[in-house]
Amino acid sequence: MKILVCITHVPDTTSKISFVENDTKFNTSGVQYIIGPYDEYALSRAIELRDMAGGTVTVINVGSADAEVTIRKALAIGADDAVRVNADPADAYFVALQISEYAKNENFDLILMGRESIDFNGNMVHGMVGEMLGLPSLSPIMKLDIQGSTATMWKEIEGGKEVVTLNMPLVAGCQEPIAEWKLPNMKGIMSARTKPLKVIEPVAVADAIVASKYELPAARSGVKMVDAATPEKLFELLKNEAKVL
Amino acid sequence: MSIICYVECAGSTIKKSSLECASFASQVASKLGVRAYAIVIANTDNAQLEMLGNYGIAEVLHIDDAQMLPMARASAIYDASKSINANIVIFPKSVSVDGFASRLAVKMKANMVSNVCELPITDGTFTVKRSLYTGKAFAITELKSENKVLVVKKNAVQPIVTQDKASVKKISFQPQETDTALKVTEVVKSSGDLLLTEAEIVVSGGRGMKGPENWHLIENLAKALGAATGCSKPVSDMDWRPHHEHVGQTGVKVSPNIYIAVGISGAIQHLAGVNTSKCIVVINKDPEAPFFKAADYGIVGDAFEILPKLTDAAKKILT
Ligand SMILES: Cc1cc2nc3c(=O)[nH]c(=O)nc-3n(C[C@H](O)[C@H](O)[C@H](O)COP(=O)(O)OP(=O)(O)OC[C@H]3O[C@@H](n4cnc5c(N)ncnc54)[C@H](O)[C@@H]3O)c2cc1C
Ligand SMILES: Nc1ncnc2c1ncn2[C@@H]1O[C@H](COP(=O)(O)O)[C@@H](O)[C@H]1O
Repeated sequence: MKILVCITHVPDTTSKISFVENDTKFNTSGVQYIIGPYDEYALSRAIELRDMAGGTVTVINVGSADAEVTIRKALAIGADDAVRVNADPADAYFVALQISEYAKNENFDLILMGRESIDFNGNMVHGMVGEMLGLPSLSPIMKLDIQGSTATMWKEIEGGKEVVTLNMPLVAGCQEPIAEWKLPNMKGIMSARTKPLKVIEPVAVADAIVASKYELPAARSGVKMVDAATPEKLFELLKNEAKVL
Repeated sequence: MSIICYVECAGSTIKKSSLECASFASQVASKLGVRAYAIVIANTDNAQLEMLGNYGIAEVLHIDDAQMLPMARASAIYDASKSINANIVIFPKSVSVDGFASRLAVKMKANMVSNVCELPITDGTFTVKRSLYTGKAFAITELKSENKVLVVKKNAVQPIVTQDKASVKKISFQPQETDTALKVTEVVKSSGDLLLTEAEIVVSGGRGMKGPENWHLIENLAKALGAATGCSKPVSDMDWRPHHEHVGQTGVKVSPNIYIAVGISGAIQHLAGVNTSKCIVVINKDPEAPFFKAADYGIVGDAFEILPKLTDAAKKILT
């Protein structure tokens, strides 16, 4: 089985977000980068499926050279090889086109992604890649099993889940509990250094979206404490002061 | 040119988030001086459909097929928008929309942005504000392509409500094979529960609740307030509560009027899912719990004593 996993290189979930150059650029100083948590679920399941059924796991990232540490981490966790499309991933359509251009001649059985990136939160790239390649796309997927050429999946729906079946090839946006995150072991870390990482140049897109300015949310004005002996006071405050009840 | 918005139903009733989205779409339409349409793919009655007129929709296109698969929906909306020459399609943010809306953007060769949180600026440009970094920031972005797809967050606009009625047109759609390859073999749904993403009030419990056997305390307060229930990640990881109730960075993002967090420490990943709530209430026995720093109101104390008292008080104040 041939699996492609699309990974993002994103600020750690505990990062403080700020901007520089008149709020036009993300402030990378002091920020730790990780594989997107949802992407890591996808990667973990891809590795499990490969270990059970044989085949290869390729990871792809659309990003600058800075992302290579994150790509190497995916190789250390167990991916076989990697591709980086050398471009700034500012727009989902642009990213999806790069992934599709790479994947269209590679005959992947599965293209796994996260349900969303934690920087753009778009939930968009999987559907776009599916449409561009003429493949079905599903998200969010919480469980994925393969039998022959058929995938059986749990898809989250509002207030519950659906069990769905579909023949491969397909594109899926993954989330927990599809697999447990895997820690790289020493052997993985050593071999990651020599696994192939191919860098390719992007294809151009007209009218790709760029953010002209960033803003931070207004801070909350501070907490008002209610005495535990009279918790019912809370509702008076919610009603008369905050006016939200 | 015209604008169309996609409207979702829960059962046969139009969802509140969709009414908001309809109002968003019609307010954009009136800024641009074009007609506002809605498309509804569900089993519902004419009274519901006409009521979209109250939210500024002139005409509703109705496909009476609640079972239509997600990918087929993208194709159906594409066909419908071509038939009315729509160049802007607006979706309400939902787990279902997130599964297929971006396919439409490719079909339409449209710029697409998600998590739009305000009406666009239409001063000759079409400029939107959307949230990113899981609610930790916003970006201002101009959409330059002729066609546009927007996914709008809850509370992005104050709905304008009138007495107008929308006209309703029944349309049909025959999906292509590739859109229907998917087979749904089973649906597991907790029936009757208020949807977390739709609720005005959410009561959430964390590891401080000690175990699933204590969840009736959370549920009773929720019931008294007409609220939905949520939980922190460890709670769903330990199977105390179903996964779809888990709120935060890797779970559901909510923006209710009131978010009440009980026995949740306030880890940054949890806050990421709730920080766009209008008012946050924190109940925790540890006065140093980080959640208090992100809260509007706080009570320091034992949840097991406070919750029953709050439930009684809620019943009184709301009757
Ligand atoms: C990549 C990543 C993603 C994550 N995503 C999420 C996410 O989406 N959502 C999420 O929630 N977490 C997420 N987490 C986990 C997060 O970091 C925290 O571990 C988690 O939120 C803690 O859950 P908790 O507050 O229920 O438990 P704890 O941190 O154990 O807190 C329990 C709280 O209960 C209080 N308490 C105990 N007893 C009582 C009592 N009797 N009465 C009142 N209060 C009491 C304690 O004082 C404490 O503050 C993520 C972590 C990572 C690394
Ligand atoms: N720059 C990128 N490179 C590779 N994969 C990406 C990139 N951006 C997004 N993806 C994939 O698409 C998924 C959804 O991203 P998004 O549409 O931004 O929420 C992510 O979880 C990744 O799997």
